[in-house]
Amino acid sequence: MTITLEHYILLGSLLFFVGMAGFLIRRNVFLMFMCIELMMNGVNICFVSFSHYYHNLSGQVFVLFVMTVAAAEAAVGLAIILTLYRNRETLNADEFRLMKH
Amino acid sequence: MELKEIIFFILATATVLSGWLVVSLKNIIHSAFALLITFFGVGGLFVYLSADFLAATQILIYVGGVMILVLFAIMLSEKVYNVSIFHASKILPGLLVLGGVQVVLLRVMIESPWRIRAGADSVMRPTTEILGGLLLNEYLLPFEVISVLLLAALIGAVVLIRKEVKRRREGACL
Repeated sequence: MTITLEHYILLGSLLFFVGMAGFLIRRNVFLMFMCIELMMNGVNICFVSFSHYYHNLSGQVFVLFVMTVAAAEAAVGLAIILTLYRNRETLNADEFRLMKH
Repeated sequence: MELKEIIFFILATATVLSGWLVVSLKNIIHSAFALLITFFGVGGLFVYLSADFLAATQILIYVGGVMILVLFAIMLSEKVYNVSIFHASKILPGLLVLGGVQVVLLRVMIESPWRIRAGADSVMRPTTEILGGLLLNEYLLPFEVISVLLLAALIGAVVLIRKEVKRRREGACL
């Protein structure tokens, strides 16, 4: 039995699925943030596997872009979370309702 | 089964299982360390897909950068153990959305014809040179745009944290 493209796509979609489950069900802001990283990693696996099996390196360039955006997102997102935590003293996403009237 | 496939399945299982642990563990520090294992597993899978440069980048950026940042942020907020738990009232709609997405993903995966080109499948070639060429020729504009994005994120993060420090200092003076 050889490892085919479908294995990798299944793996990537499983990681995406797990991350999405966490994002929808858990309410801790940090955990939701980490779940976004999980989803990005699932997509990255799919990109790299396509790039490997179709012999086209553009997929890997896209993964580089995704990683850069993820790093930028980590910096800004964590700064926002820490500022929110200092002001509201909580990490529960349901209690951040400043924008709701 | 060859050794190659056994290692692949071990890596894949470790990645998905630790991904599940990130979601299901109660203590957020434990989830963060499970996420670390997931990142390492994804890096190993990149090696399997003959993406050597990306595997190194994965370890450098995710494990060395993002993960350290997340751990610092978690430890800077005091109530580490007082994490909120599950969203009791929204589990059912959440599961419905999840099921829908997964059904769509699986159908696409099964029904689309993946036209895989046969050829040098397991040959490992260094990709760094080709990636550098692609970044500076075909993808030059996105490359430049993303550098501006990184600068904006850098300044944005500093500004977001800085405002709070200034306000606190004024409060101390009063």
